[in-house]
Amino acid sequence: MQKTKNVQKNPRTRKQTVKRLRKYMPLYLMSIPGFIYLIINNYLPMGGLILAFKKYSFAKGIIDSPWNGFQNFTFLFGSKWAKIMFRNTICYNIVFLLLGTIFAIFVAILLSVIGNKFAKQTYQTLILIPHLVSTVLIGYLVFAFLSEKNGFINNGILAPLGIKPVSWYIEAGYWPVILTIVQLWRSFGFQSIVYFATIIGFDKAYYEAAVMDGASVWQQISRITLPLLKPTIIILTIMALGRMFASDFGLFYQVPQNSGMLYSTTTTIDTFVYRTLMLDHDVGRSLAAGFLQSILGFIVVMITNAIVRKVDNESALF
Amino acid sequence: MVCTKKGFRIFANVVMIVLALCCVLPFILLISSSVTDEATLMKNGYAFIPEVLNFKAYQYLFQSFGGIVRAYGMTVIVTMIGTTINVCLTLSMGYLLSKQDLPGRGFISFFLFFTMLFSGGMVPSYIIWSQYMHVGDSIFALICPNLMLGAYNVILMRTYFTTNVPQEILEAAEMDSCSEIGKLFHISIPLSKPMISTVALFSALAYWNDWINGIYYLTRRKDLYTIQNVLNSMMNNVQFLKDNTLDAASAQMMSQIPTQGVRMAIAVISVVPILMIYPFFQKAFIKGIVIGGVKG
Repeated sequence: MQKTKNVQKNPRTRKQTVKRLRKYMPLYLMSIPGFIYLIINNYLPMGGLILAFKKYSFAKGIIDSPWNGFQNFTFLFGSKWAKIMFRNTICYNIVFLLLGTIFAIFVAILLSVIGNKFAKQTYQTLILIPHLVSTVLIGYLVFAFLSEKNGFINNGILAPLGIKPVSWYIEAGYWPVILTIVQLWRSFGFQSIVYFATIIGFDKAYYEAAVMDGASVWQQISRITLPLLKPTIIILTIMALGRMFASDFGLFYQVPQNSGMLYSTTTTIDTFVYRTLMLDHDVGRSLAAGFLQSILGFIVVMITNAIVRKVDNESALF
Repeated sequence: MVCTKKGFRIFANVVMIVLALCCVLPFILLISSSVTDEATLMKNGYAFIPEVLNFKAYQYLFQSFGGIVRAYGMTVIVTMIGTTINVCLTLSMGYLLSKQDLPGRGFISFFLFFTMLFSGGMVPSYIIWSQYMHVGDSIFALICPNLMLGAYNVILMRTYFTTNVPQEILEAAEMDSCSEIGKLFHISIPLSKPMISTVALFSALAYWNDWINGIYYLTRRKDLYTIQNVLNSMMNNVQFLKDNTLDAASAQMMSQIPTQGVRMAIAVISVVPILMIYPFFQKAFIKGIVIGGVKG
């Protein structure tokens, strides 16, 4: 700190700063639309979070709506959905993170041992396809499998086995499994390519030396690949933890087709916010839920990053 | 890069083939359902190989269901305008941040990075865009909220500018008294075409696939719906009818609702352009994921 102060006091460097400011002025001006957009789209909504402590009225707007303390929150926790949506959001995220990471690393290791260039390229191309399509479309793909009357599972698999058709869109119990499979299906390609890119950057000499010493495949993976992957795993995990209270609205809204019978296992904070805001027009509750989501997510990221920085400074995100 | 015996390599290939098939088969089921005739569909359900081929669903779509062409047009227009704006904004911010000796660079980086860590969430965002920016029920509702500029793309762009545009060329240009903007257009942009196309690709995909802006901000003007919104509302309508007993009024509505095959046909049409051009952009796509995932 002391050093920078001295530098700034130096009249010559200050002159240089002014010179650079002038030199870059066109670039600053050119970026103004971007800044304005970030302010409107990202920063104003952050300020809008104070609305969680107000009784929002569309006529009065953000500033003039009256304060009402913690009423929105007591109201939110008065409904049975508060507990359900927090439980669902957190549990799904933990399962997605755990299984997703393990599966992605597994696929990345498989990809890295495949020698044929064409095959490798083809696999990468194909496993990324689910990442290209919208969640609405994924909802249709799942429907083609699970539709009670026409679905492939009921007609093509269960019927030939003599098992009675299942009403998938009515029975909530199946959905934790279904949603986990759908999430893994659409995200594993993306994630494994990130890990794969890291793995192919490792020095081949480590593995060659290990093979000379008679290491098996499993030993090479557990003693070389996984330890070298650690920083990447940590960074991606911190990022995922930051979204611990967020859920993919599309996954939980489109894939179960917003079926009321499934709400107990498919309601997450985002679907709850949508339903209370747009369908019940209950702004207070949705504000309180959204507030907790934003703040808790931010706190989790800061805490994890602080812990990681203490344990292993190199791996921290910031 | 594990060194292995042949056995493990075969195992890897087999698993990858199975996984690749898992990624492709659902689309085949969708396409085959859209070309199966209604009677077979009712009898056998959706199947991977259609027993009787029939393109009636598509015929109906393009002849009688006028909404589909309009929705398709909306998607194309919104994607083109949105992607153009996104690329321009991303380029200008990425270029600004690529200047290492820029006064205020630290603050600007933080200003950008912070939006990735913390967000106000959907409700305040909805209030700002609909009550203060008044984008509701207009084409701006589909273009403006959330999709016009993202910190992730800016970081990709900045990283590419700093690592792939040689400093020597920029300095040589400065000797020839080339302005900063001149350097952007004559040196940095031509040298960064791969990354610009990657950013454009990410943005175009986000616009093409977006339906959330539609359901939040287009509450009255259903005529502005994109293809994704049409898909979404059809899913819900059929669901709605299924949940309610059939009285005379809803039975009448039932006849207007596209039948099973038609719904699948619309789903196919919405995804075909992406799958068709995917082979051409898959290299740029993978590159973007790799750079973003490792360095972002």
